[in-house]
Amino acid sequence: MTAPAPLLETTDLVKWFDLRRSPGGRLRREAAPRLTAVDGVSLSVARNTTLGVVGESGSGKTTLARCLTRLVEPDGGSIVFDGTEISSLRRSELGALRRRIQIVFQDPYTSLNPQMTVGSMLAEPLRVHGIAERREARARVPELLELVGLAPRVARVFPRELSGGQRQRVAIARALAPQPDLLVADEPVSALDVSIQAQILNLLADLAERLGLTMVFISHQLSVIAHIADTVAVMYLGRIVESGPVETVFGNPQHPYTAALLAANPQIVPERRRRKPAIRGDIPSPLHIPSGCRFRTRCAYAEERCAAIDPPPERVGPGHVARCVVLPFR
Amino acid sequence: MSALLEVRNLNTAFPAAHGAAFAANGVSFDVEEGATKGIVGESGSGKSITLRSVLGIVPEPGRVIEGQVLWRGRDLLTLPPRELRAIRGREISMIFQDPTSSLNPVFTIGEQIAETLRVKLGMGGREARARSVELLDHVGIPAAKERLRSYPHELSGGMRQRVMIAIAISCRPKLLLADEPTTALDVTIQDQILALLAELQDEFGMAMVLVSHDLGIVAQNCDSVTVMYAGHVIEDAPTAELFRSPSHPYTVGLLRALPSTREPGTRRRLAQITGQPPDLTQLPEGCPFRPRCAWSRDACKDVTMELVPAGPLHGTACPFFEELR
Repeated sequence: MTAPAPLLETTDLVKWFDLRRSPGGRLRREAAPRLTAVDGVSLSVARNTTLGVVGESGSGKTTLARCLTRLVEPDGGSIVFDGTEISSLRRSELGALRRRIQIVFQDPYTSLNPQMTVGSMLAEPLRVHGIAERREARARVPELLELVGLAPRVARVFPRELSGGQRQRVAIARALAPQPDLLVADEPVSALDVSIQAQILNLLADLAERLGLTMVFISHQLSVIAHIADTVAVMYLGRIVESGPVETVFGNPQHPYTAALLAANPQIVPERRRRKPAIRGDIPSPLHIPSGCRFRTRCAYAEERCAAIDPPPERVGPGHVARCVVLPFR
Repeated sequence: MSALLEVRNLNTAFPAAHGAAFAANGVSFDVEEGATKGIVGESGSGKSITLRSVLGIVPEPGRVIEGQVLWRGRDLLTLPPRELRAIRGREISMIFQDPTSSLNPVFTIGEQIAETLRVKLGMGGREARARSVELLDHVGIPAAKERLRSYPHELSGGMRQRVMIAIAISCRPKLLLADEPTTALDVTIQDQILALLAELQDEFGMAMVLVSHDLGIVAQNCDSVTVMYAGHVIEDAPTAELFRSPSHPYTVGLLRALPSTREPGTRRRLAQITGQPPDLTQLPEGCPFRPRCAWSRDACKDVTMELVPAGPLHGTACPFFEELR
């Protein structure tokens, strides 16, 4: 039995940023400090499924989203989309890919052009990708608005006249206009209130099912990922430390970081919290990643050997992989 | 026995093109000595403005129009500015959502803590420095002595919030007002800060008002909860009671709209609250939640928003709450 080929697969994906040297550093001819935001990420997303990527600030999840959509150039590794290696495609060759992979950003207040009406914003991707001529593109606008639950009259308004939730619906409609195969959603509900967040989550889940979309859904909220994802990848300082089916990873976490995240996540149980915090210390700077296991400085299970071993991805269950040499073996 | 803080019929308004927008609209609640009161609501519900009204720091051009804020029997709203300043920071202090903009970027951490100690407690330079080290140590900042010389930008968000907390507790206040203190922080750091606040409360017998948009935070950290919507208190109850038998359609809706990590992969369809929160200058007649409410009826136009009893110490603004159960 062979599993169907995934729609998206990355292998050892790396992206770094060379930062500016300090004046002193320049005088001493030091090398520019290098921030490795994505450090060897391998993941795979099957067709018609949603991969949730969860992590805290500085974990590299947004840089990962930008690599997958080729908004930034990866510095190493491969990205295979529908059988084609896309990490090395030149700008001129990206055209068709741009249509097939679309992105929705976190902040609907900055991701929409304030000088365009919603109608022209939705028609533009159709023209840019050569899907429809001007008039025909205009004619498809009401249909796109309906898809995301907005009234046809919204086509004539400017983003400033819309609420945050409505703006995010417009951003989703714009992303879906060229009928992509893969939708990358980078914290799409993080700027929204709970009552509006539920509306957008339901909308995305419905659309994914109706249109057969494959999604990479990035969020720092575990509950949102638990709700929408089929599989999950937990990121810490540029690495995926644990991945697998969402019910297994969240139900039986095998990496201390995942376990701590779940424990720290406030639950709706009206019981006073246990006193001890789930995890100690701050997230280290991605400029100074600890040796060995990068989580060891905050880990409750850390042993001496963790400073020396960079744990390889180890299979701990069906489709379930964790990078820890201690917890899964206890 | 009267409560430590009693807020009575607080009305805080902002001038608008047509009339006024009432950010706090007849808000009342109590805070008991040493206890933690949660105020929960979405953006624009008036929770932060309510908190700021207590200390008389409503941003311009907002004004407290009506009401009482009784602090150990004295009304803070009618207190002469000099007496109010004596209470602020010393008996009641406040921490904010964004520790970055609460700290002055051009002064060191040490200078900012010492300033409070000098102004509020009249300490001299050396004494203030020594006390600053103790305070930083107390809020869990490693290498406290060296940290005094750091500038705010050299610290992480969590550390900056710890500094703010150190300043807030420097006079051992009886009440701490915390306005979304962990919203800007990562979940593991949020967990640390909430643990720290609980520890300090126990240690000093300090009461706290914790304003949050996160029902989970409120559920695990508060003794009682006030739910706000469009400037109104719509429900008020002891925490366990509120989550066991929520008695306002808005509270019920919020709880059903929340995804949870406890049922991963089930793809349960979230219950939605349809529509948007109302424009505060054009509130509907009667109950402001009426246009979005699944149980609404004609009689909702006549609802006064006075709390009616729904259980022991439990009040709801919905007179039809029994149908929710």
